[in-house]
Amino acid sequence: MTIRARVCGAFLAAALSTTAFNGAFAADDTIKVGILHSLSGTMAISETTLKDAMLMLIDEQNKKGGILGKKLEAVVVDPASDWPLFAEKARELISVDKVSAVFGCWTSVSRKSVLPVFEELNSILFYPVQYEGEESQRNVFYTGAAPNQQAVPAVDYLMENEEVERWVLAGTDYVYPRTTNKILEAYLISKGVKPEDIMINYTPFGHSDWQTIVSDIKKFGSAGKKTAVVSTINGDANVPFYKELANQGIKAEDIPVVAFSVGEEELAGLDTGPLVGHLAAWNYFQSVDNPANAEFIKTWKAYTKNDKRVTNDPMEAHYIGFNMWLKAVEKAGTTDTDAVLDAMVGISVPNLSGGYSTMMPNHHITKPVLIGEIQSDGQFETVWETPGLVVGDEWSDYLPDSKDLIADWRAPMSCGNFNIATGKCGGKGS
Amino acid sequence: MYRILQTVLVALILLTAIPTAGLRAQEPLRDLVNALGTAKLSNMDEHIAALAKSGDAKIVPVLEALGDGNLYARKADGQVFLTREDGANLTLTDPLSGESVGETPKGALQKIKVNNSVRRAVRAALGGLTLLSPDRNQRFKAAQSILQAPNADSLRTIENALAAEKDAAIRALLEQARATAILTSDRPREEKRQAVEILKQGGSREALSILSTALGTADETLKPDIEAALASIEQSEALWAAGQNVWYGLSLGSVLLLAAIGLAITFGVMGIINMAHGEMVMLGAYTTFLVQEIVRTSFPWLFDWSLAIALPLAFLVTGAVGLAIERGVIRFLYGRPLETLLATWGISLILQQAVRSIFGPTNREVGNPSWMSGAFELGGLTITWNRLWIIVFALTVFAGLLFLLKKTPLGLQMRAVTQNRRMASSMGIRTPVVDALTFALGSGIAGMAGVALSQIDNVSPNLGQGYIIDSFMVVVFGGVGNLWGTLVGAFSLGILNKFLEPYAGAVLGKILVLVLIILFIQKRPRGLFALKGRAVEA
Repeated sequence: MTIRARVCGAFLAAALSTTAFNGAFAADDTIKVGILHSLSGTMAISETTLKDAMLMLIDEQNKKGGILGKKLEAVVVDPASDWPLFAEKARELISVDKVSAVFGCWTSVSRKSVLPVFEELNSILFYPVQYEGEESQRNVFYTGAAPNQQAVPAVDYLMENEEVERWVLAGTDYVYPRTTNKILEAYLISKGVKPEDIMINYTPFGHSDWQTIVSDIKKFGSAGKKTAVVSTINGDANVPFYKELANQGIKAEDIPVVAFSVGEEELAGLDTGPLVGHLAAWNYFQSVDNPANAEFIKTWKAYTKNDKRVTNDPMEAHYIGFNMWLKAVEKAGTTDTDAVLDAMVGISVPNLSGGYSTMMPNHHITKPVLIGEIQSDGQFETVWETPGLVVGDEWSDYLPDSKDLIADWRAPMSCGNFNIATGKCGGKGS
Repeated sequence: MYRILQTVLVALILLTAIPTAGLRAQEPLRDLVNALGTAKLSNMDEHIAALAKSGDAKIVPVLEALGDGNLYARKADGQVFLTREDGANLTLTDPLSGESVGETPKGALQKIKVNNSVRRAVRAALGGLTLLSPDRNQRFKAAQSILQAPNADSLRTIENALAAEKDAAIRALLEQARATAILTSDRPREEKRQAVEILKQGGSREALSILSTALGTADETLKPDIEAALASIEQSEALWAAGQNVWYGLSLGSVLLLAAIGLAITFGVMGIINMAHGEMVMLGAYTTFLVQEIVRTSFPWLFDWSLAIALPLAFLVTGAVGLAIERGVIRFLYGRPLETLLATWGISLILQQAVRSIFGPTNREVGNPSWMSGAFELGGLTITWNRLWIIVFALTVFAGLLFLLKKTPLGLQMRAVTQNRRMASSMGIRTPVVDALTFALGSGIAGMAGVALSQIDNVSPNLGQGYIIDSFMVVVFGGVGNLWGTLVGAFSLGILNKFLEPYAGAVLGKILVLVLIILFIQKRPRGLFALKGRAVEA
């Protein structure tokens, strides 16, 4: 291309950008980032916050001058809590809007529905939510917790500090709770817990009548052994569950409930007075006391113009993921997918719990694990944390199907499910 | 650099602390309290036990504050204070004298961390300390907490308290606590046998738990007694469990009734398939939220009345929205059920998204007034207050609606219009007005249901979706056009669901109920209480 042609092109672009078609041509001086979170439907309750958090992060980065000398531009789409629509919207973001990376999804089923799209069109997805593991994809970076970064340490804590011997595994009936409970059951049995001391219970999405189950838990807990509930109950069902617990007088001192899907956001709709002492396991709490977190909370409150807005763990995961992506783009000097994918592994950025998180070859990150107790002001207080960082383990060691599998996306191996027993790439899963 | 500064600072504090510690040697209690400030979570229970050993009534408020997370240590000198939040500041109170010490910004104090095991230790210590308190409520609480964690050491305390206690309820608790403590002590066998007997008569779930623990450690001669007692308690538990299921069923039925009763008017009486019915429930719940929000900021003393205030407001708000929907959309679509279905579904989406835009997508907190919190025991049943009030409320609404339909001129006109529109019109009834009022009434009642449901469910834009299917199920099952059918339908579905749930689980239970209803409708297409006569064919 000659210089003249380039100048001509620039003139043409400038001329056209003043017209209605500016979208397609403006792509030259901005880098687009896709945001794929439901803004309507059942999941809007959780995902809208993540959309706002991403917009804030992009806004902050643009104030610092963007990246590679270009401004970032957010492209927000609404997949409306409709799983097939997630795939359609992902395709639209990548092929029509030409975004460089997508931050999005919440439920595992929405992630599973977009996976083929990201593979086919070779783009990048950052997935910020704790999930059941058993997956590692070339085009996906998992910035939320794998089971060994949340569920297993939480059970360890209860076993050691509360001397729990009887376990209720209560969850919503879908893939995340079912897989997590399968892992936990295998783990507990490996620790010498008898099968009759484990009660597993599933409820439908949005279950609102918890009377029978809560009284079953009470009954299960009166067998003379210390009992705890491990809750993978998701979404809307949590509020009626905790209300019933409080009303039936189940105190945290007697039967503690440790939850993996209840964060500051979920507690905002509850009177937490009667729930003090129930637990949650995450990699971040708003109450974590360090300057980076204080700054983040301040920016968030200012950005949302609401002094009562809370922060939560998936927001931190996006914070980490976004900063990792920026660093990888800078390192690669381009937003080209393959170059960024190569640059990502090994990138380290500060997290908000006072340390550094590193992207591992299995596309999962290192995180500290925190156990917090619910306080009467709706916040958590950290009562325990892992001494160091925990590496996300994509294929659980406690399930017979996956214990031989590992993932390593670095050059010679480049495999998401390498079987160390047979020495071949490809095993159970994808 | 920071490290060094810190070390120097710590050294300075230590230096200044030594002489003051010497001065305070006369005050061993204060030292014990201040030691809480530096204790680790892991050895906190030893400190609490040491405090409890002093037996001084002055430490009761200290332990209470510790359990509630209101005990702070001053960073400068390690002094421990009771605190009360006051904006960004904390109001300090001296832990032993109870004198006010003024206000300090939060940053200058360090909260003493507590976790569940610390709270348990606090509860046990408080139980022992307040067992002889002159206040009945405090003694009752103490007896309860000592029953939670009795051990051989507390046996003497319990027996002393028992000797002095006059109140029958507290005596019963103490007897149980004494029996439990005896089981873990080295008292003679005969006394233990009596203890087992006392626990068996108490027959509570706690007794079950205590006895099964004791079974593991008891000697051989005692085991048959314990096993017999366990069997007897389990038998009575099984009976109560059936009663519990009926109660849960009634409670679920009352929720279904509340959700469906508005629909029984709009769908049952008028024949409009109103997919926006759930959103009326949601609007009612949001009205409650708004009322509580205003009450909280402006009239906090009215909080226990907030639901009573919200009830008529919710009726008016949702009634008005219903009126607007009927006048604006539905009246053009009478006789075209499919289009009505689509239009009302569209309206439901619009309402949901509107609420989401105005109030945000997250849950809103609606508090329980004090008379709706907690539970009481009735024999072996645990009955929660909020469920009890919801049953009462559902039945009241039902009775009110029945009265309105059967005994008032408006009710008469409604029935006339739905039975034979043209005849009613020729008799001088203004049918469009009656239509509009009927729809507004159905919507208003849905709004009132929302006030009640806000007490047990999320207040979020999705609230209504969870109830729409169930509502239609109840109305169709009960028999379209018959209020009694809705009542019987709601309660029988509730009870059926709750009896299936323990065996089949919540997920399968729900599916089974749905299958049963489908089979039932095959047999009786018009539901439980079918309308008869010419009106049905119209």
